[in-house]
Order: sequence, then structure tokens, then C-alpha cells
Amino acid sequence: MALTSQDIERIANLARLELSSTESERMLSQLNDFFGIVEKMQAVDTSGVAPLSHPVAAIEDVQLRLREDIASEPNNREANQLNAPAVERGLFLVPKVIE
Amino acid sequence: MTSHSTDLHDLSVSALAEQLRTRQVSAVETAQHFLNRAKAQHTLGAYVALNEEATLAQARAADAQLATGNAGTLTGVPIAHKDIFVTRDFPTTAGSKMLAGYRSPFDATVVTRLAEAGAVTLGKLNCDEFAMGSANENSAVAPLGFDAPAPVRNPWDLSRVPGGSSGGSAVAVAARLAPAVTGTDTGGSIRQPASFCGITGIKPTYGRASRYGMIAFASSLDQAGPMARSAEDCALLLSAMCGPDLDRDSTSLDRPVENFGATLGNDIAGLRIGVPAEFFGDGLSVDVRAAVDAALQEYVKLGAKLVPIALPRTELSIPVYYILAPAEASSNLSRFDGVKFGHRAKDYVDLVDMYKKTRAEGFGDEVKRRIMIGAYVLSEGYYDAYYLQAQKIRRMIADDFQAAFQHCDVIAGPAAPTVAWQLGAKSDPLANYLADIYTLPASLAGLPGLSLPAGFGAGGMPVGLQLIGNYFREGQLLNAAHRFQQATDFHLRQPAGLGPQGLAL
Repeated sequence: MALTSQDIERIANLARLELSSTESERMLSQLNDFFGIVEKMQAVDTSGVAPLSHPVAAIEDVQLRLREDIASEPNNREANQLNAPAVERGLFLVPKVIE
Repeated sequence: MTSHSTDLHDLSVSALAEQLRTRQVSAVETAQHFLNRAKAQHTLGAYVALNEEATLAQARAADAQLATGNAGTLTGVPIAHKDIFVTRDFPTTAGSKMLAGYRSPFDATVVTRLAEAGAVTLGKLNCDEFAMGSANENSAVAPLGFDAPAPVRNPWDLSRVPGGSSGGSAVAVAARLAPAVTGTDTGGSIRQPASFCGITGIKPTYGRASRYGMIAFASSLDQAGPMARSAEDCALLLSAMCGPDLDRDSTSLDRPVENFGATLGNDIAGLRIGVPAEFFGDGLSVDVRAAVDAALQEYVKLGAKLVPIALPRTELSIPVYYILAPAEASSNLSRFDGVKFGHRAKDYVDLVDMYKKTRAEGFGDEVKRRIMIGAYVLSEGYYDAYYLQAQKIRRMIADDFQAAFQHCDVIAGPAAPTVAWQLGAKSDPLANYLADIYTLPASLAGLPGLSLPAGFGAGGMPVGLQLIGNYFREGQLLNAAHRFQQATDFHLRQPAGLGPQGLAL
């Protein structure tokens, strides 16, 4: 199975990445090279094997904790927004999305 | 007593901490000495940011602490952080244009813990963009003293790469621009540069060190660890870095912190060292093989036993890792959208266009490639075939290790198939991925892994021996490395020309 330039366009859109046509072409050939080595993985019989997400779960039960949904941090809005590209009255500014 | 000022950088962390405790040298004097070296050797490209005022303020506080006689294990010892840990006192870039000018409102847990142990921060160290790379050639950030991105150079041969992604970290230790540093390891990013630069580095069991404030690449793989000249020094730092951080990192394990130095010096007579045949196949270069074989024979002299073992899915680790890590990266890096922090494109027509242009401008080629791979394997219709299949094989790889540990205590092999290559020599991304083969299996299994200097190969370049331990056996791993370092002097060798005048470029 090889990716096509339409696939690259579709994935780039999903990933919200603008690619120039030169970049798209290079990406297509590099991704196809890469998926060449992935083929080996497809041949492995994994029936009955549970997926492993936290690696230590290979030997013991690991619970991914959820904390109580309560505010635990002081309000640092000003400090936190110092890095924002555009802020007004404590709000993050983005281009208009509703007409 | 200022007679130490010319050789402070030759002291181990433990010796330096002792001199600081006994007030033979001050923390301010020590910090200044290393700051001067960092500036004098800036052409190596190791550091990306200093803040002398902040460093010296921390050093003065350390001196005040030392004066009370209540010093911590690292009080006054200068360290530097990979620029993937967020820091209040220094800019944080993760090697990316995306974070140019970013100032974190908080410190990473690892940064806080080392500061609590008394360490003084010298600055931030170069790395591959978002820790994606094996040569540190993917950094988009200008090193200290440069106006544009410049190569990070291996101090053993300035025309070669330092390895990656913690390349700046490895160079800082090898060139003695810091006694010890932090790094992160997702698929080998501590062990491989440690091997290439002739130093010692350890990645602990996944979940030991908090990932809070460590800019996320692949959340189920990323781990922080120390890099220093010796295993003894790594043990000192690792003991300070680890421990539960239950409210801030949901993957942090609820396991009490250990003093990893406590078992250093234990006898290793009878230690069973597993030697996986798959780590010694055709892909291994002869010079690396010779150095690793000699190191294994040294262990035999120390009373260890070599046991042949099998890790049959070693080669599969490459596709499995390069599916899982990019999938997690594509998800993690979705936060870089030009809204809350980081770069935003100047010209755009609407919100989606702003996202696309912002990300096109902010990310480098390797990061874009991995985001694309990740977005693809997670997209509708492909998830089961790629991501889920990779996670299942991941369990089989972890099970292979448990089967092997029935017959051995630690596993040993090369950290990388070759010594450090020439700058620019591996422009093909796939060639870089394939070279990660020996570090990826332990990463996927979440096992602790260490690289220690084991000898020299082609071009007089350092070769690292990788030791892999079972879960939570960092102490045993560090002791095995320590015993080797008691019997050999590879970790004490230094690149030629590291005098006060610095390396001539």
C-alpha cells in the first residue's frame, strides 16, 4: 500500500499544516519510505494480545489517576497570558469564527 | 582557597559537593567558573541560554545555606537543563521556532526537585526540536553567541554530531561545561548521546520521574534522567529527580523515592548479564562490537557471568516506536495553534488558515514529518491497523524482556550501532530511525536503561555500553556501571584540548 498525493493533502489538513507543493512531494516520498518498514509490523499475529499503554502495566496493575475536579491552582491569568499572541481584557483573541 | 578555580570543572559532582560543604570553594565561585567556561566554549553550541544574574542569585542562596551547615546533597553544585524542561528563570524553546521568546510561568517538577536539593542552574541546553532527532541537527534555535541555528559539535571530533536529542546536554558534560545535566529519553535520547560523547546517562523506569513541565513529545515513553561523567554522579542526581508527583502527572508512579547511591559498591560477583544476540547482528559496526565485547570481558573479570538471551522482536521495535511516538506527538503538538502561547503567523484569512500557517512556520521538517505520520495512523480507518497493532506488539516486546529477566539480572549491549557520524552525513530521516534500534526496545518496555563509556572505536570516538535493568532496578544498574568505572578509566578520559583556553575550531 502506498500513499498518494491526495492522502498527503488529507493528512496535512487533519494536522492543520500548510505544506508547499515541494514539501508535499518530499513528504509523500519520505512517508512511503517509512511505511515500507512498517509493513513488517502488519505480519505479526497479535490475536489475543492486549494493547500496552503504560509500560509498567506489563508487570503490575497501573491506574491512571484522575484528580478531583476542583481548582487547585491560584488564579495566574495575567502571568499565564503573557505568552499569548493576542489578548484583550483577559481573553485570548482569535479571528472571527461566527458571522 | 582559590587554588581550585582552574580545576573545578574536573571534579566529580560528589567531590564538588564535598568541597562546597567544607567551604573550600564557594557556590558563587563555582557557578562563575562554569559560566565562564560555557561562554568560552560557546562554539560547541551546547548552551542556548544563560541568565547569569539568576544563576549567581541561586549560588548566593546556596552559599548562605552552606554557611548554616544544613546543606542538601547538591547544595551549590551547578547543573544545566535540557531546554525541554520549562523554567521560570530562563527562556524555554524545546529547540523550536514555535516557542521563540516563550517564558514559562512555572518550573518543571524535575527542575524544582533539583533546586530543592540545592543545585544551582547554569542555563539551558540545546536539543532536537521537541526532542525529535538522533543527532541534534534538528534544533531551530541559535546557540549562545550565535545569531542563527548552528551545529552542536561533538567535543571528541568537532566535525561529528553529538547524538540526540539531548545533544547539548551530552556536550556540556563531555566538554566539562557543567558537572552534570538533565536530559530526556523517549527512544534513546539520553543513552545515545551519552554513548557518542563518552559520558554516563540513565533513563529511569517510566513513571519514576515526573513529566510535569517536561514539554511532551510522546507521553507514554518520555522520561527524564541525569547525564554526568560517572554512574556515582548520576545516582546523586537521579535520587533528587525522582519520586511521585501524583497531582501533576497522571502517569507518575506512587513509589517512594530511593537513594540510588546506597547500593553503589555492592559486589557484582555472580551478576548474570544477559547478552541478546539480536544486539550483535549485521548492523553492528566492527569497532563498536570490539569495544562492547571488551567491556563484557571486563565484567567477566569482575565476577559477572554472561548469559546468552533472546529479544526476538528487537527489529520490530523500529516500526512500533515510529508509529506510537509520532501518534502521541501529533496529539501533544496540537496545542501549538497560535492561540494561547507560542508563534502566530502574521497573515491569514480565517481561524483554520491561522492554524495552518502558524504551524507551517513554527515547526521544522522532522516535526512536521512526525505529525503527519501520527495524524495518519490515528485517522479513521487506520487506527486499528497501526496504532493498536503497535501497542499490542509493544506488550509482546515488554513480555520478551520479562522472559529474558528469568535468566539474567541486567542486559548488556551496544547503545548505538556506530560511533558518532559526521555532521550532515545522515540526511535521510529513515537512516536516523534505523540507527535507534538498540535503544528503542527498553523505551517501549519502559525499562531503566543506562549508557556508560566502554572504550573507543573508529576515529578515536567514544563507544557506550548500554545496560538495561528490570523495572525499578535503577540502583542495581547504577552499581553495575559504578563497579565497571572503579575498574576502568574510560569515563575519566577527556577530549584533547579541553584546557582553559578551550577547543580551537
